[in-house]
Amino acid sequence: MILPALPILIPLLTIILLLFSFQRREWQPWIGLTGALLQLALALFLAIQVKTQGILVLHTGNWEAPFGITLVVDAFSSIMLVLAGIIAVSVSIYSMDAIDRQRQSFFFYPMVQGLLMGVNGAFVTGDIFNLYVWFEVMLTASFVLITLGGEKKQLNGAIKYVSINLVSSLFFLAGIGLLYGKTGTLNMADLALKLSLADNNVLMNTSAVLFFVAFSIKAAVFPFFFWLPASYHTPPVAITALFAGLLTKVGIYSMIRFYTLFFVQDKLFWHPLFLWIGGFTMVIGVLTAASQYDIRKILSFHIISQIGYIIMGLGIFTVAGIAGAIFFMAHNIIAKTNTFLVAGLINRITGSYDLKKIGGLYKIRPWLSILFIIPAFGLAGIPPLSGFFGKLILISAGFDAGEYVISFIALAVGLFTLFSMVKIWNEAFWKPRPEGLSPFEGENEKLPVSMVIPVVFLGLITLTMGFAVKPILEIAMNAAGQLLDPKIYIQAVLGL
Amino acid sequence: MKSYIVQLAATRLLPVTLILSLLVFYRGHNEPGGGFIGGLMAAAGFIFYAMAYDTAKAEKKLRVSPLMLIVAGLSFAFISTLPSLFAGNPFFTGEWISLNIPLLGKLKLGSPLLFDLGVYLAVWGVIITIIFNVMEE
Repeated sequence: MILPALPILIPLLTIILLLFSFQRREWQPWIGLTGALLQLALALFLAIQVKTQGILVLHTGNWEAPFGITLVVDAFSSIMLVLAGIIAVSVSIYSMDAIDRQRQSFFFYPMVQGLLMGVNGAFVTGDIFNLYVWFEVMLTASFVLITLGGEKKQLNGAIKYVSINLVSSLFFLAGIGLLYGKTGTLNMADLALKLSLADNNVLMNTSAVLFFVAFSIKAAVFPFFFWLPASYHTPPVAITALFAGLLTKVGIYSMIRFYTLFFVQDKLFWHPLFLWIGGFTMVIGVLTAASQYDIRKILSFHIISQIGYIIMGLGIFTVAGIAGAIFFMAHNIIAKTNTFLVAGLINRITGSYDLKKIGGLYKIRPWLSILFIIPAFGLAGIPPLSGFFGKLILISAGFDAGEYVISFIALAVGLFTLFSMVKIWNEAFWKPRPEGLSPFEGENEKLPVSMVIPVVFLGLITLTMGFAVKPILEIAMNAAGQLLDPKIYIQAVLGL
Repeated sequence: MKSYIVQLAATRLLPVTLILSLLVFYRGHNEPGGGFIGGLMAAAGFIFYAMAYDTAKAEKKLRVSPLMLIVAGLSFAFISTLPSLFAGNPFFTGEWISLNIPLLGKLKLGSPLLFDLGVYLAVWGVIITIIFNVMEE
């Protein structure tokens, strides 16, 4: 039984091959892409396995839980692995032409695989200290990726990114230390068991708060979001797209995992807090986005706003709410990455991300505007695209649970999101080209096929998610059901 | 710091540190030591050599590029996971074999040793890469 370890081993093997062929720059993209394709195929296979056989558990090194490190793939993990695989493939293809040769020959591909190894590891591990290690693997790779190229503004953004993430790691580690001191175990299933039997769970709130702060920083949740818009627009857009799709979502994944599996005793304190925080995150993200004129900055602020929806699902804490959060996360990972990739295409044609300096793209590239509309209006929640159903599920779950305030906030924020997306659409595509602007630098060049393929691929997924809501929602419901019944997880890992 | 005494000392000490690092590496399974410390010691020998001469000479002395050390380390670590698969045990289980070598007696070899060798090489390569880069600045 090696299956749960493969999401970690495939990127590792890819890194080894990439480093062996370090001198041959022209091989690097293809090796990276092969690794990414294998990961996607494996993730799909794992998802089917989980569906037919239940939770997959691997006790590494033959050390039974709770003593060794256990790798666990449940329905939620397998969904996240599939999403990570999709993003990995898209970014690997896109970066072939979008990343310059200098960066490609300076360990771009090994670092992308390193990041994927960390992300996949975080999704499969069943041990909180091991989760911390995967976070560090992921962060170290992201530190290199964000500074790769060494431009001044990149370093400027990277300083904020690195320092705030180190602080968050410290919180995370402190939380682990406290929890280990109190319970004597690091295994998630064993923790869940011990905490459900303990009677003075108030003591656990110290570490629960530390974890909450740590994951909030990683996920860019209010009030810890400021590092994200300060750094995400600095690296090349392929790297930003990778970060936007995966990094914050790992923080959210961990939050959902922790607060459904073992920090479930103090519901009266946590769930209203989640709803408040979710509401603030949504509103602040979307309002600040409205005042921006750089496409990448608008999109970065929207990452924050949409994290709020996922937190809202966690705060509602019903099967429908969590399923809505999972569905929304899936939609968001795909659509958000896609909007960044389209922003890269716009930049390729016009040489700028500044909305004031571009315009009239609809005239010269009508197809590109359609490629933009799909993810952008998906994010805004226009039916029949995936975002509409994501929000619908969440809001109706909110009404069912009697959480009227947050549901109305979510509705209003949807309108503002639409405003921002329409703004990009109007400014970049619809309005006539600004007066006195010379022709764009890439106006007559053909867009590289490798940069268009992933955009089309992700756009098709957004459309499919909109048209095939029912089967996808069923998968999310199944995962949510599993999450809200920790006994299934505990039984699978500890065999009780 | 180009002193003849230091240069001579660095040249003579290099094999000693390497042998010592291997000893520390080997005793690491049951006693203090192991791949990480061994790798640090091996790197220390070359760093001293680079301080006595310069980094270019030290890299020449190393013969392989530090990057290859890292790659070899990662590869050994990866290979060390394979025996458990062939033995049909869960992933990463430590598998051991005993060899009876005439004169030397019993020698126990296992996949954890292979993993530790990977750590040894990777640490060696990483430390040298970092320090040499800093020295060249």
